[in-house]
Amino acid sequence: MSLLAVEGLTKHFTARGGVVRAVDGLDFTVRAGQTLGLVGESGCGKTTTGRMLVRLLEPTGGRIVFEDRDITHLGRRAMRPLRQDLQIIFQDPYATLNPRHTVGRIVAMPLTVNGTRPPGGVKKRVQELLELVGLNPEHYNRYPHEFSGGQRQRVGIARALALRPKLIVADEPVSALDVSIQAQVINLLRQLQRDLGLAFVFIAHDLAVVRHFCQRVAVMYLGRIVEIGERDEIYERPRHPYTRALLSAIPDVAKLGQSEGRIRLTGDVPTPMNPPSGCRFRTRCWKAQDICATEEPPLTAGVACHFPEPEGAP
Amino acid sequence: MSLSPEVLEPVPVADAAPAPKGVVGRSPGQLAWMRLRRDRTAMISGCTLLFLMLVALAAPLIEVLYGVGPHDEFKHLLTRRGSIPLGYAGGVSADHWFGIEPGTGRDIFIRMVYGLRTSIFIALASAIVTAGLGVTAGILAGYLGGWVDTVISWITDFALALPFLIFALAVMRPVELRFYGPREEVPTWFRVAVLIAIFAAFGWTSTARLVRGQVISLREREFIEAARASGAGLGHILFRQLLPNLWAPILVSFSLAVPAYVTGEAALSFLGIGIVDPTPDFGAMIFRSIAYLQTDPAYVFFPGITIFALVLAFNLFGDALRDALDPKSSR
Ligand SMILES: Nc1ncnc2c1ncn2[C@@H]1O[C@H](COP(=O)(O)OP(=O)(O)OP(=O)(O)O)[C@@H](O)[C@H]1O
Ligand code: SF4
Ligand SMILES: [Mg+2]
Repeated sequence: MSLLAVEGLTKHFTARGGVVRAVDGLDFTVRAGQTLGLVGESGCGKTTTGRMLVRLLEPTGGRIVFEDRDITHLGRRAMRPLRQDLQIIFQDPYATLNPRHTVGRIVAMPLTVNGTRPPGGVKKRVQELLELVGLNPEHYNRYPHEFSGGQRQRVGIARALALRPKLIVADEPVSALDVSIQAQVINLLRQLQRDLGLAFVFIAHDLAVVRHFCQRVAVMYLGRIVEIGERDEIYERPRHPYTRALLSAIPDVAKLGQSEGRIRLTGDVPTPMNPPSGCRFRTRCWKAQDICATEEPPLTAGVACHFPEPEGAP
Repeated sequence: MSLSPEVLEPVPVADAAPAPKGVVGRSPGQLAWMRLRRDRTAMISGCTLLFLMLVALAAPLIEVLYGVGPHDEFKHLLTRRGSIPLGYAGGVSADHWFGIEPGTGRDIFIRMVYGLRTSIFIALASAIVTAGLGVTAGILAGYLGGWVDTVISWITDFALALPFLIFALAVMRPVELRFYGPREEVPTWFRVAVLIAIFAAFGWTSTARLVRGQVISLREREFIEAARASGAGLGHILFRQLLPNLWAPILVSFSLAVPAYVTGEAALSFLGIGIVDPTPDFGAMIFRSIAYLQTDPAYVFFPGITIFALVLAFNLFGDALRDALDPKSSR
């Protein structure tokens, strides 16, 4: 049984110039305790997807099923018990914490809002959580401006853990941090994931970050999933041209580097207001044929391409 | 599944910044207070304000110590003919520190002490009502957006387009007549209430705009989303998450509204539609003194200089407060 199942998830924004098709029909599932990486270039709809999953944004189409319950359009009250199971970690360590609240109050917020009284009291629980994410529990009455970016991100993680969730959406939790600190925060998340049996939807804009974290990876392009599969499949035997291009951009993926050299994507990402007909990647794809402009390739066997690399090819 | 640290090895604090000593953190408010303390202008203007407010509060006590009330008349100290005070500088003496009023023979010092009271009370009360209305409207318009924002913004623009003095002139008398007959005496408390209402009706819009702008920039911040993702209701988001981030603009606009209301109240009283004569009031005093500008210039001097000091101190303090609360802003 899957913890989270998403079917045809869609979000269209109405903007001044027309309709922005930010997310256009996603299908994927996440099992309990499993980690799914959601990868794609800027603007492909990752954040929009993450926000829909935790019901911060109202989907315009499709379904979100959590533990066999359709939560796509649940109201705030009906959503409340589920909020505890579904939490989110944000990207910007400077915007994620209320600058006028102490760290203790920030971490306690989910408990306060839900009227949860943990055994031993809120303060004890907050200190446990701070310790759990590697912060000094004595610092609970400090303010966010006294912490570094990495430490703030840890506070955000502690807050997301306060209600003991089953699934956490992590929206690029390390991309705003220094490279040296990124690894520490990823390791913390990995440790928490294993020890607490958490399921994750981990959003990232390149494949390098999710490599050591995610069991499964979904690659997004312009609001659609172009390839989804087990980690090793994606990294060692990528089948979609876009996935190959993303992988070749990682310097230490030497295997691919030898056979094809670095694949340079030319041209800009088209605007989601007016995506290309047929396959959305065709304007930048070096394998594109006539059929790519007329027929949209369906996601079959984990890849959406008319001419995928054969299965099992290196 | 357990989250207790016994089960889990705590992750070492690796990216710890050089932690400052002591466990208690300094809140942004405390930091602002420290900056304010170091600002000479703020301290001097603040002390001046504190002194003037204490005088206003202690008016009855000062009356007892001084031995003269605001309505006592000393007609024997005036010239028989023109009712001008005898002696120098409008009759300044050991008994009447700032002299006495021409015409009525009342003591200027004690009337100013009570006038300060009227002025500060009306200005502070108006500023409080203004802030309450403005913050509520601004926070709702900014956070909810949509039609709520449209309606509130429309009212704001409408109120900003009305000329204040003309509106006040047009409204004051009909309102009085609505509640009291043309021959009846209008009680002072009623005039004060109408003044406060007029000021608040005009003033809330600028606070609302300021707060609305701030809320719009805060609304999309992730800490608000985090609260929503945890199931927080509207009340929690508006008053627990947003309001603490709005104290700076609220305090600054409050401290700048007070001096505007002090002058506004004096102006309306000067025009005869605010506080009227037997009640001690700066505007009313200055209004009376104009008639004696040639014969008794000292009469206009004392209330004039005090109201000037009061307004200047408030404005300087408001500016200093803004700098202390937002050190990045340039003047
Ligand atoms: N509220 C909105 N109104 C209109 N368009 C929006 C809105 N939010 C997002 N978009 C558009 O939807 C698309 C997807 O945005 P999204 O933030 O989900 O991308 P992302 O993959 O998270 O990118 P990034 O890596 O930059 O965070 C973008 O083109 C963006 O401009
Ligand atoms: S469907 Fe065609 S254009 Fe799209 S990725 Fe495959 S080959 Fe390229
Ligand atoms: Mg994003």
